[in-house]
Amino acid sequence: MIEYIWLVPLLPLIGFLLIAFNFKRFQGSVSGIIASSAIFVSFIISLIVFIEIYSSKQTATVQLFHWIKFNKIDISFSFLIDQLSTLMLMIITGVGFLIHVYSIGYMKGDSGFNRFFSYMNLFVFFMLLLVLGSNYLIMFIGWEGVGLCSYLLIGFWFKKHENNNAAKKAFIMNRIGDLGFLLGIFMLYYYFGTLNFNGIFFQAHMFTIGNPTITIITLLLFVGAIGKSAQIPLFTWLPDAMAGPTPVSALIHAATMVTAGIYMIARSNVLFVLSPITLLIIAIVGITTALLAGGIAIFQTDIKKVLAYSTVSQLGFMFLALGVGAFTGAMFHLTTHAFFKALLFLAAGSVIHALNGEQDIRKMGGLKNKIPITFFTFLIGTIAISGIPPFSGFFSKDMILIGAFEANSIFWIIAVIVSLMTTFYMFRLLYIVFWKRSNKEDLHAHESPKNMTIPLMILAVLSVLAGAFGIPLVFGGNDIIGNFLSPIFTESTNIIKINAHEISHNTELLLMFIPVIFVFVVVYLAYYVYVKQKKLPEADNQKRPFFSNIFFKKLYFDEIYNALFVKPALWLSDFLHNIIELKVIDRMVNQAGNLVVWTGKTIRYIQTGNVGFYLFAMVISIILILIFKLFI
Amino acid sequence: MRLENFLIMRQELLLTLVALIVLIADLAIKDDKKRIVIPISIVLFFLVTVAGFIPASEGILFGGMYKSTALTILMKNILNVGVLIVFIQSVTWLKRDDLQNKISEYFILIVSTLIGMNFMISSGDFLMFYLGLETATIPIAALAAYEKFKAKSAEAGIKLILSSALSSGILLYGLSMIYGTTGSIYFADVAASFGNTPLHVLAFIFFFAGMAFKISLVPFHLWTADVYEGAPINVTSYLSVISKGAAVFIFTIILYTVFSQIAYLWRELLVIISLLTMTVGNLFAIRQQNLKRFLAFSSIAQAGFILLGILDGSVLGMTSTVYFVMIYIFSNLGAFGVVAAVSNMTNKENMDDYNGFYRTNPKLSLVMMLSLFSLAGIPPVAGFFGKFFLFTAAAHQGYYMLVLVAVLNATISLYYYLLLIKAMFINTSDNPIARINSDFSTKLGLIICVVGIFVIGFASPLYELIRSLSFGF
Repeated sequence: MIEYIWLVPLLPLIGFLLIAFNFKRFQGSVSGIIASSAIFVSFIISLIVFIEIYSSKQTATVQLFHWIKFNKIDISFSFLIDQLSTLMLMIITGVGFLIHVYSIGYMKGDSGFNRFFSYMNLFVFFMLLLVLGSNYLIMFIGWEGVGLCSYLLIGFWFKKHENNNAAKKAFIMNRIGDLGFLLGIFMLYYYFGTLNFNGIFFQAHMFTIGNPTITIITLLLFVGAIGKSAQIPLFTWLPDAMAGPTPVSALIHAATMVTAGIYMIARSNVLFVLSPITLLIIAIVGITTALLAGGIAIFQTDIKKVLAYSTVSQLGFMFLALGVGAFTGAMFHLTTHAFFKALLFLAAGSVIHALNGEQDIRKMGGLKNKIPITFFTFLIGTIAISGIPPFSGFFSKDMILIGAFEANSIFWIIAVIVSLMTTFYMFRLLYIVFWKRSNKEDLHAHESPKNMTIPLMILAVLSVLAGAFGIPLVFGGNDIIGNFLSPIFTESTNIIKINAHEISHNTELLLMFIPVIFVFVVVYLAYYVYVKQKKLPEADNQKRPFFSNIFFKKLYFDEIYNALFVKPALWLSDFLHNIIELKVIDRMVNQAGNLVVWTGKTIRYIQTGNVGFYLFAMVISIILILIFKLFI
Repeated sequence: MRLENFLIMRQELLLTLVALIVLIADLAIKDDKKRIVIPISIVLFFLVTVAGFIPASEGILFGGMYKSTALTILMKNILNVGVLIVFIQSVTWLKRDDLQNKISEYFILIVSTLIGMNFMISSGDFLMFYLGLETATIPIAALAAYEKFKAKSAEAGIKLILSSALSSGILLYGLSMIYGTTGSIYFADVAASFGNTPLHVLAFIFFFAGMAFKISLVPFHLWTADVYEGAPINVTSYLSVISKGAAVFIFTIILYTVFSQIAYLWRELLVIISLLTMTVGNLFAIRQQNLKRFLAFSSIAQAGFILLGILDGSVLGMTSTVYFVMIYIFSNLGAFGVVAAVSNMTNKENMDDYNGFYRTNPKLSLVMMLSLFSLAGIPPVAGFFGKFFLFTAAAHQGYYMLVLVAVLNATISLYYYLLLIKAMFINTSDNPIARINSDFSTKLGLIICVVGIFVIGFASPLYELIRSLSFGF
């Protein structure tokens, strides 16, 4: 089946074209069903390929055609099928399919229903291209393509101006990262003479650890990852991106696209381990982002914003894992996060749907019994993300925590704090939204239709069980995911391990249970504050304590960027437009144009229409050439 | 003659057969049913085109007068495909009542010129070359005057025959001097003894002038605009694409094989002529209102670009030239196809008439836009790669300034192509061209062009194929 891998991205592309060309013709749910079936068939093929790879432990490159071939440049359009890419395939098509089905219910009746599904299918196509490409160029095409779709979907309800601004912000911030990525690709080509993963990683052995070239390249690639995966300093676009429809937030801004940066670094692990400085920077950026975003999440009042900051924080966690060399942990957390964060977003969407578009948690409460399925699945998601055993989040976080401890115990301490913050803001959200507060009248709410609740239930099951793939050896598990991904990461892990100290089983058990005890404390704390005391976040205009205000205002990142970059850029643009453009360039261009037009007008008199003159001109020309050639 | 020899020159023989069959069919068919000639001719020609792709051995015939190589076969195939598109695009026009009795003439004349071109491309000596050239030229004058009751058409025919007579005379004079000084007309012998004496240079320049006329290079281009405008539009597209393409092919072959000794001489000449051709072609194109004249000057400018590839003188030059001509055929026929479809339905040929064209005919507008983008060389359509390789070839020889001017010229050309695109998409009109219900043949012709424009752009194996075949030179 591996040779048919091209079907996997092709089907969503066909779905996109089919819907895009019948934009006005399709009525009702037709386009949703087409889009979902395209992803479903892709999923089945991916599943078969995944099983083949899993059982055979082989990897394959499927070449479709030579794409650019000129002189020494030879870039082919080919796919790399290995453990890493098939794992991503499963997430993208699997979670993607569930979200598509959910969207049929969620987007029902929206005037842009067909447009929505065409964009979604296009997104899946590009995302698949990104993970399947066997060289950095194909990856970059996918990378840019998902950025475009993200832009289109954030600004999906384009009639509201702030949505367009959010879309623009996401696009521009991503462009900054993309520039780094692109420069990294150029440098890779310059130093390696190829863009193929296999070729580059094979040659990478010639470089010593700490080689400055590799450091620059990896830093540039990391800049790309920062933009796409919303890390400090380029993370402010992700919370704004919540302006898009909720399924978009679930698919693009939680489960798949934002993890592209993680995937890219995991894919390039051979390069990154050669640069300890880059890895340290990655770990620091990751943990800082995780900490700050977690802090901001605690003070937010919009249900989707809380989840958005939570995503930023979890992505930071994954970067920490990459930085400390726990590549498997990063990929494992990416997987479980895809399940429970998609679940949380979809459940939040279900809440919003039930309340006819309300997103402010201060206006919610007591929904526990009104929308029981949504409540129950949200509860599972919350437990999973909080890292309570035996739910999946516990195992994936544990893998990262152990990795962090092995590298540096300070990382471990901060990571535990972040993890406790996660527990706090998630339970805060849960209690405020679903527990009843007596001083409020009952909200009118209705449970979502089946095609929305069934994906929720499937994702809930996955959120519970996915941890089984990573049960550590201490518990008698056999670390399925670690073994599965080992062909990709072993070499790099060995290089990292030289510096790390091995920890004993007892320490490992201790490290596992200390956080768990604290987690339960935090859960109770949240319960005490938000259920017992019925505390509610202050209204927007109310004065807050200093500390809480800073986090509520998102650490003033937007304001700082506005003053530092946006305003000067606008001022510069004004200057360039009014002075340089209008007064200098325009005038020059117009004069050049006038010159050309005038010359044209003047010399056309040569074209008299008289044959005699034409023949005469030919003879004269020959004579002139002769003079030129013979005598000069 | 043995069977293999037939196979070596099968394309010429099959074309002759087609011409004869059409002639006989025309005699056999009653006057009121003449239209049946159209499908017969096209199907026959289609079969010949397909037959051209059957692999055949290379070979030399008539003691070296005729030679067939993989590259010449490819060139002939490219021309065949182009002519097939021209034929398909002509169907609507040929169905007009006043042309009823002359349908077969059109096919016979075009096939005859194509036979001439094929012999010209395969020629191994100057005699065969000259015979082919004349066979390829004289019937075109008749074609240009095809609608002889229209003053402009008749005038076009006369102008073409007069100026081509002069150019042929000059060319023949040059050839006679070559024979006089080297004692041979065979390419191989001439190449061996050709030097840098003044007489040789004189002979070469006469030859060059004759070819420059055919490719309508500045300053030998003056006939072009009048003839292109006067001739029926489908003939114009044939002239500007196939006729020019064939001349470029043989010109390149002869320069590379016969005159390779004096490459430094013609390279300088080509640089100057190329500059002149691009610039003058573009400057004239800007001012044109009539789309046939517009495309005529645009095709002159394109010929200037082609010279950039030719002047390289190596495999790279041959490859980029053939590759570009192939792309040029699809792009230009796409543009001409739309103009022909509109002109045949409404008789409107001016740029102003196209105001608001997109609103009434979105599909035709898109085809036009794609073709113009390809002519202008905008990625990702094929034209970009065509120009890219031409520029590479010139840069390969170190003519960076020339490439710079060429890029500037490409920008100017983009300006006037955009003028037409602006007219179609942005300008509004109270009286736009009504919706055109194009028939099957028009659609088919345009679809082939669009597919060509895209496929060639994305398929680098084609370039590789041409490159591998070009090593024969």
